[in-house]
Amino acid sequence: MNWRTPLLSPWAKPFVWFVLTLPAVWLIYAAFNDLLGANPAEALTRSTGDWTLRGLCMVLAITPLRELTATPALLRFRRSFGVTTFVYACLHMLCYAWFDQGFALDDIWQDILKRPFIWLGFGGLVCMLPLALTSFNTAIRYLGVRRWQILHRLVYAVAVLAVLHFFWMRAGKNDFVEVAVYAAVLGALLAWRAWKAIQSR
Amino acid sequence: MLIRIAPPAASVDLPSAITPASSYLNRRQLIARSVAAGVLGSGLSAAWAQATPAPTVAPGKLPALANKRSNLEGTLATDVPTAYTYASTYNNFYEFGTDKSEPARNAHTMKTKPWTLEIEGLVKKPMRLGLEEVMKLGAMEERIYRMRCVEGWSMVIPWIGFSLSTLIKHADPLGSAKFIEFVTLADPKTMPNVGSRVLDWPYTEGLRMDEAMHPLTLLTFGMYGEILPNQNGAPIRLNVPWKYGFKNAKSIVKIRFTEKQPATAWNKAAANEYGFYSNVNPNVDHPRWSQATERRIGEDGLFNKKRKTLMFNGYEAQVASLYSGMDLSKNF
Repeated sequence: MNWRTPLLSPWAKPFVWFVLTLPAVWLIYAAFNDLLGANPAEALTRSTGDWTLRGLCMVLAITPLRELTATPALLRFRRSFGVTTFVYACLHMLCYAWFDQGFALDDIWQDILKRPFIWLGFGGLVCMLPLALTSFNTAIRYLGVRRWQILHRLVYAVAVLAVLHFFWMRAGKNDFVEVAVYAAVLGALLAWRAWKAIQSR
Repeated sequence: MLIRIAPPAASVDLPSAITPASSYLNRRQLIARSVAAGVLGSGLSAAWAQATPAPTVAPGKLPALANKRSNLEGTLATDVPTAYTYASTYNNFYEFGTDKSEPARNAHTMKTKPWTLEIEGLVKKPMRLGLEEVMKLGAMEERIYRMRCVEGWSMVIPWIGFSLSTLIKHADPLGSAKFIEFVTLADPKTMPNVGSRVLDWPYTEGLRMDEAMHPLTLLTFGMYGEILPNQNGAPIRLNVPWKYGFKNAKSIVKIRFTEKQPATAWNKAAANEYGFYSNVNPNVDHPRWSQATERRIGEDGLFNKKRKTLMFNGYEAQVASLYSGMDLSKNF
């Protein structure tokens, strides 16, 4: 059996969806069972942010992996990764709006305007919105593949905004180890694309 | 069924016998907690319950530290004390790692015996005191202080120690001494993160002389009836309850009297974010977040709105006069 065969199984996609929801399921379970330590609000906000960054790394890794390993079947999973990344970003925003700001919309808006660290993150989420809204097959048909592809290059901006948001958050702690890891992974994935674009000219 | 919070049997001969949990909590809170515990059962957690029935007594693993309740005004906060587990596992002590769970995991390697405190700088006679000598200088008092972290959370902790002024009088500083600098332990062999470039080690802090002499400023040796656990800054730390938590230097090895304002670790790392004074002030935002509200660890559930932060962390009556005429938004 070829190692690629399972990728084409009808169970592959539901399985990927299932795996991608596990972190969220765990966080909700942990919140209800007091497993998140002294500051559950902080733990939930940070974890959902971490999973957004990880999701971005995974979704951006699909195209390079597909080409480097000659595995076109990987494309089937790109939407699952993309949509769950958006869901984690929404949960992250929800944690901030709920636990940190108590849903005081006026305060949230002031906070976004006032603090570059917040508006970078918010900007990243706003950029993800059109991508999530056009993630259906009908949307692709409606826009046309070419235009859809151009629109979805916004994900590169999302990656940059997400890393800057994380960098700024950690700047106060002077602790850049994790930031450097995400920046290196996302930087390499974007650099690979830039290199391909230059080559294909 | 109402009074379900019985201290563990083992704690009868422990320091908790001196200050039982029931005296930290008033009757109404006790009843509310018991009802919450009874109604919600164990399936629902701190996330839902407004008050967790977590014990506010130490587990009794460390030696007891005899003490008397302080009778100084403002030293016995009426807030509900934070559970010992939270106070001893959610710590910022960067020498042991930047994640707040790391100090509790890593700090056991620190050697707190023997411990020497050096006193130098503008004093009549520089001296080196053993920990036991320092501890004999004053009568051990228990004080329940609010502790507000610059990150936007707070705890309420029953500390044991005596006013720093007692030590300062013993050290006999010269008239030219205007500030006091605290130098803390930086031992790369026992502190895994001291090799990192996160801060300029050793961690140093400082106070103006009148702040250091203020009776609320506590030289601390214990908490919850016992000696300090390593992750909380054993064997000697500072508590200045009207300032953000990072001003409270941990595991102090040296006290230096100076004429000029000493450099402090966080101020050197990010001067625009962490000022020398760092008084708790809801009106002066941190550049990256508001300081108007805070989350009380273990007490404010996940879905409670954060509570309002008080000017000088609620110690305004005692300390505001230290800063009269100063622009606190400039001298943040």
